[in-house]
Amino acid sequence: MKTFAAFVRKEFKHIFRDRKTLIILFGMPIVMVIMFGFAIRTEISNSRIAILDHAKDAHSQKLKGKIAASEYFNVVAELNSEEEIGEIFKRGDVKLVLVFPQEFGKDLVNTKHSPIQIITDASDPNTANILSSYLQATFQSYVNEELHLQAPNLNITTRMMFNPENKSVYMFVPGVMTIILMLVSALMTSITVAKEKEIGTMEILLVSPLKPFVIILGKIIPYLVLALIIACTILLLGLYVFDMPMNGSYYLLFGEIFLFVLCALVLGLLISTVANSQQTAMLISMMALMLPSILLSGFIFPISSMPIPLQVISNAIPAKWFIIVIKNIMLKGTGFEAIAFETGVLVFITCLLTLIAIKKFKIRLE
Amino acid sequence: MIEVHNISKSYGSVQALKELSFKVEEGQLYGLIGPDGAGKTTLFRILTTLLLADSGEATMDGLDVKKNYKKIRKMVGYMPERFSLYMDLTVEENLNFFATVFQTTVEENYHLIHDIYQMLEPFKKRKAGDLSGGMKQKLALSCALIHKPRILLLDEPTTGVDPVSRKEFWEMLKKLQQSGLTTLVSTPFLDEAELCDEVALVQNGQILKVDSPHNIAMAYPHRLWQVKSGANYKTLKILKEFDHKISAFAFGNVVHLATNSEVSEEMIEVHLKQNGVEHIQIKPIQAGIEDVFMDLMQ
Amino acid sequence: MEEEKVIEVKNLSKHFGKFKAVDDISFDVKKGEVFGFLGANGAGKTTAIKMLTGIWSSTSGQATVAGFDINKNRNKLKENIGYMSQKFSLYEDLTFKENVRFYGGIYGLSNKEIKLKTEEMIEHLELDNIQNTMISDIPLGWKQKIAFSVAVIHRPKIVFLDEPTSGVDPITRRQFWDLIYETAESGITVFVTTHYMDEAEYCDRISMMVQGRIEALGSLDELLTKHQAKNMDEVFVKLAR
Repeated sequence: MKTFAAFVRKEFKHIFRDRKTLIILFGMPIVMVIMFGFAIRTEISNSRIAILDHAKDAHSQKLKGKIAASEYFNVVAELNSEEEIGEIFKRGDVKLVLVFPQEFGKDLVNTKHSPIQIITDASDPNTANILSSYLQATFQSYVNEELHLQAPNLNITTRMMFNPENKSVYMFVPGVMTIILMLVSALMTSITVAKEKEIGTMEILLVSPLKPFVIILGKIIPYLVLALIIACTILLLGLYVFDMPMNGSYYLLFGEIFLFVLCALVLGLLISTVANSQQTAMLISMMALMLPSILLSGFIFPISSMPIPLQVISNAIPAKWFIIVIKNIMLKGTGFEAIAFETGVLVFITCLLTLIAIKKFKIRLE
Repeated sequence: MIEVHNISKSYGSVQALKELSFKVEEGQLYGLIGPDGAGKTTLFRILTTLLLADSGEATMDGLDVKKNYKKIRKMVGYMPERFSLYMDLTVEENLNFFATVFQTTVEENYHLIHDIYQMLEPFKKRKAGDLSGGMKQKLALSCALIHKPRILLLDEPTTGVDPVSRKEFWEMLKKLQQSGLTTLVSTPFLDEAELCDEVALVQNGQILKVDSPHNIAMAYPHRLWQVKSGANYKTLKILKEFDHKISAFAFGNVVHLATNSEVSEEMIEVHLKQNGVEHIQIKPIQAGIEDVFMDLMQ
Repeated sequence: MEEEKVIEVKNLSKHFGKFKAVDDISFDVKKGEVFGFLGANGAGKTTAIKMLTGIWSSTSGQATVAGFDINKNRNKLKENIGYMSQKFSLYEDLTFKENVRFYGGIYGLSNKEIKLKTEEMIEHLELDNIQNTMISDIPLGWKQKIAFSVAVIHRPKIVFLDEPTSGVDPITRRQFWDLIYETAESGITVFVTTHYMDEAEYCDRISMMVQGRIEALGSLDELLTKHQAKNMDEVFVKLAR
């Protein structure tokens, strides 16, 4: 136990004496969250759209007024025929055209579902998606106000429900948190182990009576603490700077964060068993962990729109499950039952990786 | 105390050690002498149980390096090449850490390192990375000694330090030897061979010779001359053309010429003078380890 | 005829704050000389070399290297010197030929010249079998000889060598010194920095730095007589203590 404490103390000293790395570790999450948060926010404001109103009734007029008044849209043209839609897209004037059918007002009152048509310029699918979601949201709130209907009665997607304005911050805070935690945990542990190999102290540690799991645990704990502090920083930023909702239990949230960080730490150790230099450790962590975590986790690109093989692969990526879990807890406020499966997968991956890491941790060099 | 039998080890197609055998007696200061790439570090890693040999056996105090690695790790003090210290920790922190890792305390075994650590004491709050080469070397030795090892393995401890520290270091090793410690030390400096009780000369993973430094020097088979003149490089070139030479090598600003026993001082002088060399001084000398080493290499 | 001086240093100093890394040193190096520049780690050796090779400017004093002022004519100076350190000179993941091509290119040699030089080296160093081998797979002794030949590929007036023969076997070391002497005879001045005293004994003249100053300067015999020592190691110990 004394040995272990000495080991952990040493690791903390390494961390705190390397000021530059420490600043980057804490600075990076803050910069990333703020960057993502604000960059995405300004993107959807005053977007140019056109409207083709076949109905021209009271409801359509009112709705048009609401859209024009919103900070998100700038109605630049009123079209008169279907033919004009193609033209205006070709000119690149607008990204989206909203079409009201002939019987818009009547249908709305009678059948209680949304008959509007949204046509987007799919050459820029991301913007198109976001615009269309915003418009749907505006439409929904109009229906709520005017007809006093409850949201579930309408054809509104579930995603909209928990992010009514489709605020991208809500998507990015969990995403950024996931990526940063992965980075800090996996990258930093793999680098510290590789560093000891590089300067040769690993040789002495191996020759000492120190047990391998003490070395492993001693490497894990300091970074676990560090990662948890960083998670708190990101959460605070999300909650107070970007007004993210926190609808679930904090205990559950931190339990899940703990689990994910553990998983990433073990991954880092696994990398360090193959990497003999800090450089290799960094490269492997970046290529094998960071990129898939960013690209295949659903953080940026929706998994459902990926080809089947990639969808299958995405299941093996812890970041995917963790993002689902955080979104559920923070946005939906769900309890443990709803995310039991995802948690289970994370536990399974972590256990599997731990087993491999312990097996692979060499008692000798090479 | 250390026994090595026919140890071989390859990395891919490169054979680092070729059926190496030697024996170190208890309490000996044993030198493994050879240039970089001779296989010294590989051998040390096998003895410290960090690597497995492809074939052959090695025992440390009767314990097999493969089967009994745990016991060996407890009784060995190891100082790898490039003093393995935490450069961002202070002198004191490094020592305390390694003491704890080896399940002891600095206080408990302070008497072992007292002489060495005394020199470090004024710098104990300084980071290891800010120490001079000689100081790093002393600290690394203290760290290797702190758990009272029975066998000390030092891999090139004098590389990269100045002559003063080198001298002090060998004095320390001699002192440690008096306390009964068995020490195996490797070095690329042939002149350090003379400071060991027994040495193994290694080259390309093979042992060229094992004996006491004195015996090795005495066993030099040729007659050796030291030739000095104002123009050393010219002298060397001319001596290489000498009919009776066995070898001619520059040694600083003199040339060591090996010949058979029939050659006399006059013959060499005549040859040199014929070729225009002046201010010639020739004298017979006793071979050193370096002369022997080169002779064995050829 | 007065001998041509390739390096002239007068009262050269370099201070870092209050610390005098190089403290008022003066010396000359003649053309075709093998000059040993000795000192322990931290004695100011590296700082002095960085000034002489035009990497750092001096705090005070003057120095000319290959006829160029070290503070004013850095670019010209760099064209006229070569540099080799044991560890960093060649690209390990390139072959011998690729290394020569690269360094030849840096110093502005034409393709024809590079080809000629490559052939010369292959013949001179007996590289027939390894000319297309990665440098990392070539034995250390050979590597050093190649590195040295590459360092003088542009026929500089002076070549700086940093601990050129530490760690190699005694025979290869002597082959290397033969190469150095040969180069010096052809008129290239060789400036060897080292903290290995036995390496220093091969130099025509030796200077020794202690704490930023040059404490000894002369031929090996002069130094040994002056300090009543058997070898350079003893001289060092006497001066450093």
